[in-house]
Amino acid sequence: MALARAHAMALVGVQGHLVEIEADIENGLVALLLVGLPDTALREARDRIRSAIVNSGESWPQRRITVGLSPASLPKRGSGFDLGIAVAIMSAAGAVPAGRLAGMVFLGELGLDGRVRPVPGVLPAAAAAAAAGFGAIAVPPENAGEAALVPGLRVLSAPTLGALLAWLRGGKAAGPGTGPAGPAAEAAVVAEVGHEDLVTGGRATGHGGPGAIAGGGAAGSSGAGPGAMAPGPGGERDLADVIGQPAARRAAEICAAGGHHLLLLGPPGVGKTMLAERLPTILPRLDLAMALEVTAIHSVAATLPAGQPLLGQPPFCAPHHTATKAAIVGGGNGVIRPGAASLAHMGVLFLDEAPEFARDVLDALRQPLESGQVVIARSGLTAAFPARFTLVLAANPCPCARSAAAGQACICTPMARRRYLARLSGPLLDRVDVKVELLPVSRAELLSDRQLAEPSSVVAARVAEARQRAARRLRGTRWRLNAEVPGAELRRSLRPAPGALAPLERALDLGEISARGVDRIVRMSWTLADLAGRDRPGTDEIGYALGLWLGVAL
Amino acid sequence: MSAKDALGRQGEQLAAEHLARSGLKILDRNWRCPEGELDIVAADGRALVICEVKTRSDTRYGTPLEAISARKHARLRRLAIRWVVAHAVLYDEIRIDVVAVLRTGPGEFSIDHVRGVG
Repeated sequence: MALARAHAMALVGVQGHLVEIEADIENGLVALLLVGLPDTALREARDRIRSAIVNSGESWPQRRITVGLSPASLPKRGSGFDLGIAVAIMSAAGAVPAGRLAGMVFLGELGLDGRVRPVPGVLPAAAAAAAAGFGAIAVPPENAGEAALVPGLRVLSAPTLGALLAWLRGGKAAGPGTGPAGPAAEAAVVAEVGHEDLVTGGRATGHGGPGAIAGGGAAGSSGAGPGAMAPGPGGERDLADVIGQPAARRAAEICAAGGHHLLLLGPPGVGKTMLAERLPTILPRLDLAMALEVTAIHSVAATLPAGQPLLGQPPFCAPHHTATKAAIVGGGNGVIRPGAASLAHMGVLFLDEAPEFARDVLDALRQPLESGQVVIARSGLTAAFPARFTLVLAANPCPCARSAAAGQACICTPMARRRYLARLSGPLLDRVDVKVELLPVSRAELLSDRQLAEPSSVVAARVAEARQRAARRLRGTRWRLNAEVPGAELRRSLRPAPGALAPLERALDLGEISARGVDRIVRMSWTLADLAGRDRPGTDEIGYALGLWLGVAL
Repeated sequence: MSAKDALGRQGEQLAAEHLARSGLKILDRNWRCPEGELDIVAADGRALVICEVKTRSDTRYGTPLEAISARKHARLRRLAIRWVVAHAVLYDEIRIDVVAVLRTGPGEFSIDHVRGVG
C-alpha cells in the first residue's frame, strides 16, 4: 500500500553503521511487525512508538505495518531507532512528505508522551552519518552538542516527535549540500510544545538547555578556544601536594612525558593514590582529534557529563578492585560497552590495590597494553574499542602493609608476601616500564621537600616540551609518544648512542630482563633524553631507564 | 434488544449499503452455523468476500479494526469454508474484508473498508 524509508545508525564498538528503516503499510490485521534482528529494547519500541505517535496528536495507521531494519544481519540494540521508525511510519502513512526524509539520519528514544530522550553514542553515529554523505541529523536536545562536534552536518535538536514532524512538514529541505559549510550547529528548538513552529538556527533563542549546548559544541568543534573544553576531574589537584616523594614525582613525570606505565609500591599513606590522581594534571590537554576520539568512547558508554559535549582533559579512570573483566576491558550482555581501559583512552588507568584485582582481570589488560585497543567478539559482530592508556598500578608490599621502615614489623609470612605480589603476573609486570618504591618519610624530609616540590604547571611544561621533541622526531609516522614506537622501528632508526646499550646486553645475558624489556627500556631512555633536551639517549639515560625498569625487587 | 446490539445491527446495515455502493453483490447476511456467524457474504467479481463488520461507538476500548484479532481472523476463514460447502458454489478466490464502523457523532458514522485482511 505505502512504503517509506528513513535512516538511523547502529553502533558496533565506536563505529557507526548505517541502518535503513523501511516502513510498509498494507491491508491486514492491525499490527506492527518489526524485523531485522532487534533486541528486547528494540522490540519494545513497538509499544513506545505507538504511544508516542498517538500522544503527539497523530493518528496511528489502522493497518498492518511492517518495519524492516536493514542490513538484516547486523544485530541492532537499544532504543535509538525509535525516532527513525516513528518518522518512517508517519511517512508511509502519508503524514510526512517522503522526500523530506532523504539525506537525514534520525536518532533518539521516544517517551510514551512523544518526548525525544537522549541515547548513547550520538557522536560516533553523527560522524558516521557525515562520512556516509548525509547532510543532516535529528537528535535529542541533550545530544545536540555532541552531534554538533561533527563538521559539515546540520544538527536538528528535536525535543518532541510532534515538533520534528511539524518541522518535516514545514521546514526547509535538509538534503545534503543544503547544509551550511563548516561546523555551525543548527538547533531546532520548539518555542512552545504543541505549536507547530520549529525555530532553526544555531543561536540559543532563550529556550534554555538545548540551544545552549549546541552552541557550546559548535565553539568547541571549530577549535575557537579551550574554554569550550571544561576542565576534567581534579582541576585543583597539584603534584606539589605529594611531598616527601621526589623519586616518585620524577617517575610520574617520565611516565607522563613518554606514555610509559607505572607501578607504585609502598605502604599505606605514603602518597601512592595521591600521586596517581595527580598524573593527569601534568599531562597535556588533548588536541581536537584526540578529544573527539575520547569523547566518542565516552559517548558510547554514556558517561559524558551533561552540558560538556567535548572532553578536553586526559581522562582518569580508577575502577575499584572488585571490577569484573567486562568492566575493565569492555563487553557485557547485549550492547557491548567500552570498559575502564577504553574510558581511560589517551589518559590514565589507575588500578589501586592492584594485587586485589582478580588475576584474569589484570591479565585481560595485556592485550590493550600491547596493541592499544580492545577487540571484543560476539556472535554476529566484532567490536573494537581504542584503549591506549597510561597504566598506573599501586600496591602494598604485603597484605599486612606494615612497613619495617616505619618501625613496625611486618607480620606476614614469607609465603604470604610472595603470594601477594605474585598476583601481579610476570607477563603483566613485563609491560610496566617504571617500577618505583615509595618509602615512608620522616617529618624532616617532609619539611625539606616542601620547598623542592614543583607545582604541576612547571612539570607539565617540561612534559609538554619533551612530548614536542618526541613528536618532532616521530613526525611522518603514526606514533606520537615514545611508548608507542614499535621495537623494530626502535632498532632501525632510533638507536641510542654507540656503546650505550652495553648494560642492557649484560642484563639480558643474565636473564634479568626480557627482549621486550630491552625495547621498553630503550623507549624510556628516549623519553629521558627528551626531558633532558638531548638528541639521543646515552649511557646515562640507558642506565637510569634500566634502574627504573628493575625498580623494586618483587 | 440492548443498545450495543442495536448499534451492531445499525453498523451492519450501513456496512452492507457501503459495500453495495462499492460494487459488491451482497449474497448473504448474518449466516449462522454451529461454529459462528458471518456478518456479510458478498461477491466481488470472481472473488467471494467474507466480510466482518465491527461497529464501535467510540475508541475507548480500541478502534474497530484493532478488535479483529488473529484468532477471529482464523475463525472467519473456517466459517468461509463452511459457507462455500453449504452453498456448493465455486469462486476463484476467497477474501476476508473488514468493515470498521465508528460512530463519530449522533447519527454520524465513519466507515473504513479494508480489503484482503491477512
